[in-house]
Amino acid sequence: MAARHADVLIIGGGLMGFSTALHLAKRDVSVIVVEKDSPGRHASGVNAGGLRRLNRHPAEIPLSVAAADIWRHIESLLGDDCGARFPGQIRVAESDADMRLLEERAALVRSLGYTHEEIIDRDELYQRVPALAPHCKGALMCRDDGYARPFHALTAFRHKACSLGVAHFPGTRVDGIERIADGWRLMTPKGEFRAPLLVNCAGAWAGHVAAVLDEPVPLRPGAPMLMISERLPPFVQPVLGAASRKLSFKQMGNGTLLIGGAHRAELDFAHQTTTLNWARLATSARTVMALFPQLDNVRIVRAWAGIEAFMPDDLPVIGASSVSPDAWHAFGFSAHGFQLSPIVGRILSELILDGGSDLPIEAFRIERFR
Amino acid sequence: MKTRYSLVIVGAGPAGLSASVVAANLGVDVALLDEQRMPGGQIYRAMESVPAERAMRLGEEYQRGRGLVSAMRESRVDYFPDSEVWSLNQRREIGLVHAGVARVIGADQVLIANGAMERPLPFPGWTLPGVMNAGAGQILFKAHGLVPADGVVLAGSGPLLLLLAWQYLHAGVAIEAILDLTPMHNHLRALPHLPRALLARHYLGKGLAYKKDLKRAGVQTLRNITDLHAAGDGRLETITFRHKGRRRTLATQLLLTHFGVAPRIHLSQAAGCRHCWDDSQQCWRPLLDGWGNSSIDGILIAGDGAGIGGARAAEHAGRLAAWQMACALGRIDSDERDRLARDDRGWLRAERHVRPFLDAFFRIPGSLLVTSRDDTIVCRCEEITAGEIRAAVAQGHDDANQVKFLTRCGMGACQGRQCAASVAHIVAAQGGKHPANGGPFRGRPPVAPLTLGQLASLYPEESE
Repeated sequence: MAARHADVLIIGGGLMGFSTALHLAKRDVSVIVVEKDSPGRHASGVNAGGLRRLNRHPAEIPLSVAAADIWRHIESLLGDDCGARFPGQIRVAESDADMRLLEERAALVRSLGYTHEEIIDRDELYQRVPALAPHCKGALMCRDDGYARPFHALTAFRHKACSLGVAHFPGTRVDGIERIADGWRLMTPKGEFRAPLLVNCAGAWAGHVAAVLDEPVPLRPGAPMLMISERLPPFVQPVLGAASRKLSFKQMGNGTLLIGGAHRAELDFAHQTTTLNWARLATSARTVMALFPQLDNVRIVRAWAGIEAFMPDDLPVIGASSVSPDAWHAFGFSAHGFQLSPIVGRILSELILDGGSDLPIEAFRIERFR
Repeated sequence: MKTRYSLVIVGAGPAGLSASVVAANLGVDVALLDEQRMPGGQIYRAMESVPAERAMRLGEEYQRGRGLVSAMRESRVDYFPDSEVWSLNQRREIGLVHAGVARVIGADQVLIANGAMERPLPFPGWTLPGVMNAGAGQILFKAHGLVPADGVVLAGSGPLLLLLAWQYLHAGVAIEAILDLTPMHNHLRALPHLPRALLARHYLGKGLAYKKDLKRAGVQTLRNITDLHAAGDGRLETITFRHKGRRRTLATQLLLTHFGVAPRIHLSQAAGCRHCWDDSQQCWRPLLDGWGNSSIDGILIAGDGAGIGGARAAEHAGRLAAWQMACALGRIDSDERDRLARDDRGWLRAERHVRPFLDAFFRIPGSLLVTSRDDTIVCRCEEITAGEIRAAVAQGHDDANQVKFLTRCGMGACQGRQCAASVAHIVAAQGGKHPANGGPFRGRPPVAPLTLGQLASLYPEESE
């Protein structure tokens, strides 16, 4: 079988891979995306879909703010609205101590020159979320944060990328990565792929790629769990979190409740299988019940876990390889990469084609793990 | 209920009942969990409460269940009715709701014996009120003595259709017509399997006797029916179909359909057991060895949930699994197991003689498995049509799980139990692939109703 050629090879057909492919293709670069499973099979397709700037690590704020601008006009980029809605995200304070934490956070964000995170008082909180249990004190809010539908977003990125000529090979496991005279060669059961440039967007499997490139990273795969309820009449608009509990809670457009909170399933990484941890999901249910006791009899219809890459500092790796001048990375988003995906693709395309990006990505250098 | 048993059996039908008795008599502490309020499963439903006269109308095969149920009652089995299992994992932790209270219990061995479900088959109008599964009709009859008062049309293909017609006939129900959708060419297809089936001629004899009774009573049976449509304004009013080249219409308020049965695999799937596509039965079934061992250590499956074999086969398979589990638990050695199993193994083989013939005779044609009409609803929970599924395939989503992600088919209240096979068939036909491509919908618990409050009540010692 003859090798397939392109300018750039991307390993990983998830959001980061297709976003990068799309931004490269927009600038007339030929791209091949190689994916071992189906597109968005893992973290990209099954995450909670949060469009959240709220409570980001300071290093991520500039990227998140830039990504929010893209999401607001996502239809002009992708020709599809990805189910994006912007009812705000709220981080609830359940005690005075919580409230102090949130106020400190708001002050920190202001000191960095941003205004998107605001304290709202008790009255405004209950005006926005009347269904909330009465003990809360106030909240931190990003008024035009929101959520989108992850698999739809992934599909929209993929369709747009492919319409611009990106070649996509699902079900194509990379068995070997080799440096050749004029770039890189990938060996797969479906044949060889060659390109001068290589991008690692392999999600939870990106550690393997980095190791082959001779720059190992302390990536730990994990499998955060989510559960979804039966459909209910609309009763809560914004996405809710809590200052001192693990929670991500929202009512989707169809009335179902999506409940997360970064509780992890047991993961058998070698077999790509997860076993739900009901003890942790019970904790998650208790958190929801503390804030919305009226949901006692609501039926849970589905729970699942998606396999994601976590870094020790919970910050992603974004940038050039530290050892190869013709390789780049974008992985390790530690369960908060969905919102960043459009901007990460743009940053990588700029790094590759222009040699740099206007956005500060110093904190995400792979060298920090040396 | 204890928090741990040596053996937990899910389902108190023929397989679960026979297995529980064998295990308990060998001194194994057994919990038998069943979603119904009385033992018997679907086939022997309401066995302990059914009036003698109704039992007689249901036929002698039904009454066979009496022995199984009483043997369980006389044994030391811990039997828990009203128990729905919502989770099972590889560590054999079982999440259940018993009498409204959620629990998680452990087991050294688990037998899944939760039987079969009717094969849901989307055709135009199948979601209209007034269109029901034949099995639902039979449940109402067995459990409550309820029969259609104003006449009924029975349509489909499979032994249950004939049995229900016969049971209704004896109960004095006006059967307006039986529409047999079994294609004529199935007769030829089944012919090579006839000699072996004759080894189990009592089954064939019974079927022929039912047919004779129905004919003698003047019940209209139309064969080789195609293009079944149900129609009506808000509820069923008429059905139309093609018979001998002509399009015909019948007015009726009740249509009971049946297109065979398929293993209920949602629990074995949620546990992560490996499954395979069974081409002769046109469904997914778990991969098992001759004892019923699944791909997961200590999880066994017996009865129709392992592949359709019928009630008697389930009874034998349940006992085989029980001896294997008793052996795994150290109650008997493997020589003893093999010796005890000999008779049931032989009987099970005999039971299976008729299966290839029945599978071929009642094979559902592709034209029925894959509705040609784009506006036919396939996923009734989320109201997703065949057209939407085909559109998703056309966009490059070539396996059922991706189609599910995109369209939400299979994401509603029933979690794809109703539409999984239909979606697989449509996706396969559209993409020119085999239905097994891409695997079944991934099992995502809870596989039975569980409320937030019930979940919150679990593991009270854990807090963060």
